[in-house]
Amino acid sequence: MSAVLETVSLTKFFGMVRAAEDLSVQFQEGELVGIVGPNGSGKTTLLNVITGYVKPDRGRIRYQGKDITGLSPRAVADLGIARSFQMPQLYLSLTVLENLVLALAIRAGRAREFWAPLERVDRRDEAPRILEQFGLEEHASHDAGQLPEGARKLLDVALSFARRPRILLMDEPTSGVSARDKSKVMDTLVPVLKGTGVTTIFVEHDMEVVQRYAERVLAFDEGKVIAAGSPDAVLRDPTVRRALLGQP
Amino acid sequence: MAIGRRLDPALALAGLGLFLVVPPFLPQWITFLLTLAWAKALAVLGIVLLLRGGLLTFGHALYYAVGAYTAGFAVKFLGVHEGLVALGLAVVTGAAASALLGLLLARYRGVHFGLLNLAFSMVLYAILLKFYEITGGTDGLRLPTPLLAGVKPDAQHLRLTIYYVTVVLAALLLYVAYRFTTSPLGYTLRAVRDNEVRVEYMGASVRQAIYCSYIVAGVMASVGGVLAGFSVGHIVPELSFWTQSGEFVFVALLGGTGSVLAPVAGSIVFEFVRNYAFKYSPYTWQMTLGIVLLGIIFFLPGGLWSLKGIAARRWTIVTRRSQ
Repeated sequence: MSAVLETVSLTKFFGMVRAAEDLSVQFQEGELVGIVGPNGSGKTTLLNVITGYVKPDRGRIRYQGKDITGLSPRAVADLGIARSFQMPQLYLSLTVLENLVLALAIRAGRAREFWAPLERVDRRDEAPRILEQFGLEEHASHDAGQLPEGARKLLDVALSFARRPRILLMDEPTSGVSARDKSKVMDTLVPVLKGTGVTTIFVEHDMEVVQRYAERVLAFDEGKVIAAGSPDAVLRDPTVRRALLGQP
Repeated sequence: MAIGRRLDPALALAGLGLFLVVPPFLPQWITFLLTLAWAKALAVLGIVLLLRGGLLTFGHALYYAVGAYTAGFAVKFLGVHEGLVALGLAVVTGAAASALLGLLLARYRGVHFGLLNLAFSMVLYAILLKFYEITGGTDGLRLPTPLLAGVKPDAQHLRLTIYYVTVVLAALLLYVAYRFTTSPLGYTLRAVRDNEVRVEYMGASVRQAIYCSYIVAGVMASVGGVLAGFSVGHIVPELSFWTQSGEFVFVALLGGTGSVLAPVAGSIVFEFVRNYAFKYSPYTWQMTLGIVLLGIIFFLPGGLWSLKGIAARRWTIVTRRSQ
């Protein structure tokens, strides 16, 4: 099976820090991949490079067989690759519903229209459906800046999801969320994402979350993949345990 | 599901009705002040629109002067005496000037955006000052009473006629601005202020959103410039001077950014405060304005328009208590 997204010998240094070195990874259509690794191992850098926020020093990124290396974040988004962030990136002065309808307007190429009201963009009531899918309907009229952290995380992903991406990159979708709410966030996200067949790659520090939700896991250390495979196999790998937990 | 805060049509129409019905009963000097206030409110409106995108310009008088001098040049060089044609030309020149400068300015943010605008407005000021043969230099240009749809306004009711033309056109542009603020582009501009990175990641162009909004703001100020020019009957290079831009920013803060109607409220209050300050303390009237601005910043950071929200909240409390 050919990969929907792959990196070929990707290398990125920040000064002396090795964020990615000769990194070649592949992602298959529709899979849910977790990426783990200690701080500074290059997990977020991989997402930043794929989405065009950071240019690699060397190497290529291929999406559906096409070279997308060095494209701008906007161009990458237009191709169908969306991302969410470790710190949710929302429009804080807009309501949750406005955030979402604006995302739909941008997807429809209507962001420059200056006469018809924004709500006309969503004639098929897609925004309320997405809010329901992500469990955000009760927050629809709240300003995004007033949301609790878990709801912010969900909205951050919902905004990316509204673009109907083929690939969704999530950077620590449960960070900053209470232990109790982590499962709630993931139990909301995963069925929606699996249900639409979007290829999902998520960076995560919480091993329980990775073990429970990922179908495949990549373990990173010092910009390299040190293990790949099923969650159980990777998280039992002694090299991974040494890198992640400092266990012998 | 409903989106956004709607402009209350009853409030807007009642306000407009008031401004249409009352002026014939007012002294002429008040009608003149109101005309100027409405015309300047359009330039302020341009600043307020840009502020919604987090962009503060210190040179918006540039477009105000472009509009006024377009009318002046149309009279002087083209023999155009029809006011509506002059207004149409001002829309074109305002759009052209802002489209040209916007190509550069849409790349900048913060203090760079503000000061580059200021720099361009001062370049225009110098041009208007130095090219005497064309611009009239410090003497400026006279703007004779315009024809309106081919009809010369009756001299006895001239001031009132110009007032009504100004109010009706300004009200139309306020409606355009309102549509803008509730449109996808208006929301994209607010999103740019909140989070540029997210806008780009969502697939929209931050630069295009700013560029389009800048042109809308430029056209608003340009039309304001023509209307003010017709009202005063004379235009001078100071229309593009930095103090004029500063005045517009002052009024924008005074009125607030909560509604497209806020610049009108701010502009009217400003004209009257300045007028009375000048009357009662001609040597220290600027100090009075400064005190007013300090008062607004400390006690009404949302500008005069926030009084509407405060009054609505008080009213809710009073009605709840009475039930």
